[in-house]
Amino acid sequence: MFGPRTDLALSRDPAGRTVPWIIAAMVFIGTLSLAAAFGLNEASAAWRHLVTGNLTVQVPDGPDADARADEAARVLAATPGVASARRLERAEVLRLLEPWLGRDAAATQLPLPRLVDVRLDPALAIDTRALALRLAESVPEARLDDHGPWLERLSRLTRGLQMIAAGGVGIVACATMLIVVFTIRAGLLVHREVISVLHLIGAQDAYIARQFQWHAVNMAFKGALPAFLLAALVAFALGLAADRLSAPLIPKVALGITGWLALPLVPLAAILLAAVTARFTVLLNLKRTL
Amino acid sequence: MVRFQNVGMRYGFGPEVLRDISFELEPGSFHFLTGPSGAGKSSLLRLLYLAHRPSRGIISMFGRDMAQAKRHELPEMRRRIGVVFQDFRLLAHLSALDNVALPLRIAGYPREKARAHVVELLNWVGLGDQLDALPATLSGGEQQRVAIARAVIARPRLLLADEPTGNVDDEMALRLMHLFIELNRLGTTVLIASHDQLLIRRLGKPVLRLVDGTILSGPPETA
Ligand SMILES: Nc1ncnc2c1ncn2[C@@H]1O[C@H](COP(=O)(O)OP(=O)(O)OP(=O)(O)O)[C@@H](O)[C@H]1O
Ligand SMILES: [Mg+2]
Repeated sequence: MFGPRTDLALSRDPAGRTVPWIIAAMVFIGTLSLAAAFGLNEASAAWRHLVTGNLTVQVPDGPDADARADEAARVLAATPGVASARRLERAEVLRLLEPWLGRDAAATQLPLPRLVDVRLDPALAIDTRALALRLAESVPEARLDDHGPWLERLSRLTRGLQMIAAGGVGIVACATMLIVVFTIRAGLLVHREVISVLHLIGAQDAYIARQFQWHAVNMAFKGALPAFLLAALVAFALGLAADRLSAPLIPKVALGITGWLALPLVPLAAILLAAVTARFTVLLNLKRTL
Repeated sequence: MVRFQNVGMRYGFGPEVLRDISFELEPGSFHFLTGPSGAGKSSLLRLLYLAHRPSRGIISMFGRDMAQAKRHELPEMRRRIGVVFQDFRLLAHLSALDNVALPLRIAGYPREKARAHVVELLNWVGLGDQLDALPATLSGGEQQRVAIARAVIARPRLLLADEPTGNVDDEMALRLMHLFIELNRLGTTVLIASHDQLLIRRLGKPVLRLVDGTILSGPPETA
């Protein structure tokens, strides 16, 4: 009432001194996990965008493979929703295979399939199944590759990794709750004399719970804020590092605006969780007293 | 105000330290509670300030059977009871001022109004220049006066004091008794446990005598 002091000298409890460190570790892990989940989301969206704009048609090697491929390209180009279709020259195909076959592949007489690169019109949705049927009518041996299985595997991988991240956040939340419960129970024991006096003077359980609750908020804040700042910095640095790589298959890794807005929820949730846990721990324990 | 009918009390599974206690405190009355050490005076007060439940018998307070009272109703009732504990039970890290203000703060009084009130009372008990002192730096008698001030600050309807003048000189004892008498004049029911026969006789108030866990005599005693 007179000054910021509370009735219970909770901030001097030795048990409370380790809690900010533990909460800091939890928030750090939680923030990075969430950042990873958002990063994956953005990355997989980027990959998806990269491949859904085009299709590839393969025509097996054969006597008149070039003509067949040109025929396929002509049919496809005439289809609504297709922006362009062009057969790749042998040199281009060899360049694509270079990482696997090496530079000398050009010299060999490998039976290479012909590839038709199909660009889709992003404004028009296209039914790849109908496209495949149409292609089969004129060039039955051509195979249409819409990257479907690859995309399927990509989203399964993304979902799996996101589930691991979510599990990490869940474990972090449980650990935070446990440490708060133990600390508050220790506090109730240490201060039972004062709590008993407060009760006898007419304090409600909620009055006592409030003091523990604010104590928990203070402890959690002390750990959560620096840990969050550090984690955000690390996430930002990792993003920059990924950009630097700029390897063709690694798209720009960014959290996106939603990601950056969501990250501060981790420390806020940790503080809120600590407060609520402290409150209910006190209320449940005091119920057993007279 | 308070009525006991055949009340017994025990600590845990121990023997009954109080048995067959029956008495009544009329609203606005003033009683002393005496008896030899270990007779059960503090235990009886513990029942009265709702720190302990009786093992048998009926206790009614403020016209309410306490066996029926729910746990969440107790704080409201306790706010109507002021207690001076035998061992003071001041909060060690709070100043004299904050200790005395505690009941008002718990009851949600506005801060400034409460402060003036607290300072006035601490002046009255002679601690006007020790407002910010922590209990550990106060003498036994001074701590006792802080405890008394805390018990009366919220003008309780029932005041219970356990040896409230055990640590002060006769003059201060009389002064503190007059504080209780003043409070009693304003309508508070008072029950004071005391060994000090001289003081009891001097004030000429009715006495409850507790011997070996039970009440011996209820009628006023003036001799
Ligand atoms: N917390 C406790 N647990 C077990 N027994 C107790 C407890 N407190 C008191 N007693 C026992 O109850 C009996 C009455 O004690 P009580 O403190 O009520 O006596 P009293 O009349 O207040 O004595 P005094 O005048 O010395 O303060 C004693 O025999 C004591 O040993
Ligand atoms: Mg006693």
